Amino acid sequence: MSVDKKSSNNTLVMTLLKGRTFIVLIVLLIFFSIAAPNFLNMNTALLIGKHVALYGILAIGMTYVIITGGIDLSVGAIVGLAGMIAGGLLQKGLTLKMFGVTLYFSVPAVVIITVLIGAIIGIVNGLIITKFNVAPFIATLGMMYVARGFANIHSNGATYSDLKGYEALGNQGWGFFGSSVAGIPVGLVILVILGVIFAVLLKKTSFGWHVFAIGGNEKAAKLSGVKVDKVKILVYMISGICSSIVGIIASSQLAASHPATGESWEMNAIASAVLGGTSMAGGIGTIGGTIVGAFVIGVINDGMVMCGVSEFWQMVIKGLVIVLAVIIDQFQRNLQAKMALKARNESK
Amino acid sequence: MEKTNREGVCFHAEGISKIYPGTKALDNVDFDLLTGKVNVLIGENGAGKSTLMKMIAGIEQPSEGKLYMDGEEVHFKDTTEARKHGIGIIHQELNLFPNLPVYQNIFVAREKKKGLGMDNKYHREKAEAVLKKLEHEIPVDTLVGELRVGQQQMIEIARNLVEDDLKILIMDEPTSSLSEQEVQVLFKIMRELTAQGISIVYISHRLEEIMQIGDHVTILRDGKYVADADVKDIDVPWIVKQMTGEGKSYPKKDREIDWEKQEKVLEVKNLSLPKSGGGYLLKDVSFDLKKGEILGIYGLMGAGRTEVFECIMGLRPEHTGDIFLEGEKMDIKSISGQIDKGFALVPEDRQREGLVQTMDIGRNCSLSALTRYTKAGFVDFKKENEMVDGEIRDIHIKVADKRLPILSLSGGNQQKVVIGKGILTDPKILLMDEPSRGIDIGAKTEVFDIINQYAEQGLSIIVISSELKEIIAIADRVVVLSNGIKTGELKGNEIQEETLVLASYKGHHDH
Repeated sequence: MSVDKKSSNNTLVMTLLKGRTFIVLIVLLIFFSIAAPNFLNMNTALLIGKHVALYGILAIGMTYVIITGGIDLSVGAIVGLAGMIAGGLLQKGLTLKMFGVTLYFSVPAVVIITVLIGAIIGIVNGLIITKFNVAPFIATLGMMYVARGFANIHSNGATYSDLKGYEALGNQGWGFFGSSVAGIPVGLVILVILGVIFAVLLKKTSFGWHVFAIGGNEKAAKLSGVKVDKVKILVYMISGICSSIVGIIASSQLAASHPATGESWEMNAIASAVLGGTSMAGGIGTIGGTIVGAFVIGVINDGMVMCGVSEFWQMVIKGLVIVLAVIIDQFQRNLQAKMALKARNESK
Repeated sequence: MEKTNREGVCFHAEGISKIYPGTKALDNVDFDLLTGKVNVLIGENGAGKSTLMKMIAGIEQPSEGKLYMDGEEVHFKDTTEARKHGIGIIHQELNLFPNLPVYQNIFVAREKKKGLGMDNKYHREKAEAVLKKLEHEIPVDTLVGELRVGQQQMIEIARNLVEDDLKILIMDEPTSSLSEQEVQVLFKIMRELTAQGISIVYISHRLEEIMQIGDHVTILRDGKYVADADVKDIDVPWIVKQMTGEGKSYPKKDREIDWEKQEKVLEVKNLSLPKSGGGYLLKDVSFDLKKGEILGIYGLMGAGRTEVFECIMGLRPEHTGDIFLEGEKMDIKSISGQIDKGFALVPEDRQREGLVQTMDIGRNCSLSALTRYTKAGFVDFKKENEMVDGEIRDIHIKVADKRLPILSLSGGNQQKVVIGKGILTDPKILLMDEPSRGIDIGAKTEVFDIINQYAEQGLSIIVISSELKEIIAIADRVVVLSNGIKTGELKGNEIQEETLVLASYKGHHDH
């Protein structure tokens, strides 16, 4: 009798654990709406939405990387570099010295070029990790410095401000990505679109399954014929693409490109993924969970600001929340292993 | 009680059993360790030798039974406690720190402190003294990683001798990587140790060595005690007979097929694989495989069995020699390429190489063949489901729900998932490395049934096994490897335990 009760308790605990990020999000929303009287209004929601779009898109790429058992520390720096490249193309165009001409691109062309460069940086990360056997932490740490360096070199440390575009150059409309349409921030819409695309890619394609297999057991995946190197390179490419998209949105929201944009955003991305149930050990994670995780981070950040919590205490609280999330994660995994073992013994 | 205090017995194990999930590694084993003698422990792979020694050294604890030392019952909860009683162990795989110097290796975990720091002067002097005693005056500041394997072995011994209280030294296949000369030095040292009253337990597969160095022999088979005798009273054939036994065996299969007339599916010619640091893991190995045939590869540990599969699957691009598939020379590029050509591998280590533990049963099953069920990259769930369900039915995997985690299955059913994963790729050739390792006897029979079932359907299968009875029961033909050399090819009635054992020890003479 007692055994039965215990196992049904386990199932209940499991359900609560699985939905924990969502529960935390609800609790936080209730807490802040009481603690900060003007928290629950449209303006706050818009502000949080704009911020969450940035972390959330970064975290989508990061989730792919972490599921393969890797990490990408260069995402924040790619945000900065992508913003500078886009800003430079809009304001200065591309000067080809040998032909003595300067080319100006339309906004869609600037977007495509910027995203392509993000993809290439990601591919380079992947090549370094797979072909030269460098640990992802080190490879992307190096890339973080290189990309941030180039972001500064690009303008000699200056900001491209007032990115409105010029009618004469045919590139107005950059502000679109940072604006709101029918009250909804465009960044948030992009987050949802990317979220759906990458969730489908992860769940419904053989590529997605291979991503999970590599993170669960790379050796077994390789021996099963999974093209491990190729999949890993693609995963870092996805992370690079997501980062450059965030760079575009960020520079559009601010109507300016600053070389320091995106500094330490990789940490928010990692935190969002981890809060959303992605296992740092690899093999486990969902895009939906990550996006909920990004909302938790966003609500904590902006909620605390509105409550007047100092920036320093914000860091402490964020840190605690992240570590707590991983502790709960471990707890869940142990429980899961116990339940699997039990099922195995019962079947005998 | 009388037995525990017997004259000349320094350690006595009584009724020891060790149960792992799914298998019984040791079954009610009695074992006496004679004082000041070289006590040899022999048995096939999986007979339980290493498990028994792990109990004595405190690495694992018996599920049942008692251990007595000098007549008194002892319990070792870890190696430190066993070491306090004067019991040391040298593992088959050396447990040294290649990045640390000799003296630190010798004193690791028993460092002498001087104030806050280490008393390295003491460490150095003591290490030098011990090595001198062993007649191996290796400079104590050398990094262990720079030493030859034989010298490293000496460091392991020195580690156990550095405190004067050593009473029992367990050596698990210490000579497997030594040269003939180093073996002789080791034997000399063993003699000196026994002369000092230290008792040695010696595990080895090399029967000639046992006759040379052993005093007393104990034989285990399938986790059970079989016999013990003084070396002076016995000979090699007696040992082989005791090791293999005559009792139960799997039914020998009898297929009425003229293999000469069957077409060759695979041909391997002069396969060689260089070893890093000189020598060969495989040297000029040639064999072929016929359609629908089950070819066994038998050999001791380190004979090069797994390496053959690694070469065929494209994991060892440095190999030389030619491999032909259906008469055509293959250009082996990658493992995924080999799978596409019609090879499937069931790896030796189920947990490390076979399964993705984070994925459910069904997905583990379809992992290899997944790209065959996709349309423009998207998985055709209906087809994937059908194929997996079909395979689960075909090879009788007992699952309640294929969306359960893979670890909810028993070892035998996990193994069947790994086999199913290979078969779903619709291979021409199935390579199975120790397919019955770590699963219980019932599941073993089922795995053999699966192998036979697919061979009847025309699948060509190569099975590596280190269990004699298995390979005799399952194989139509057996290739025997020893030290990377093919030392025998047996078919039909030639496949006997004696012939296999003799062939598998052949390569060890040419040191």
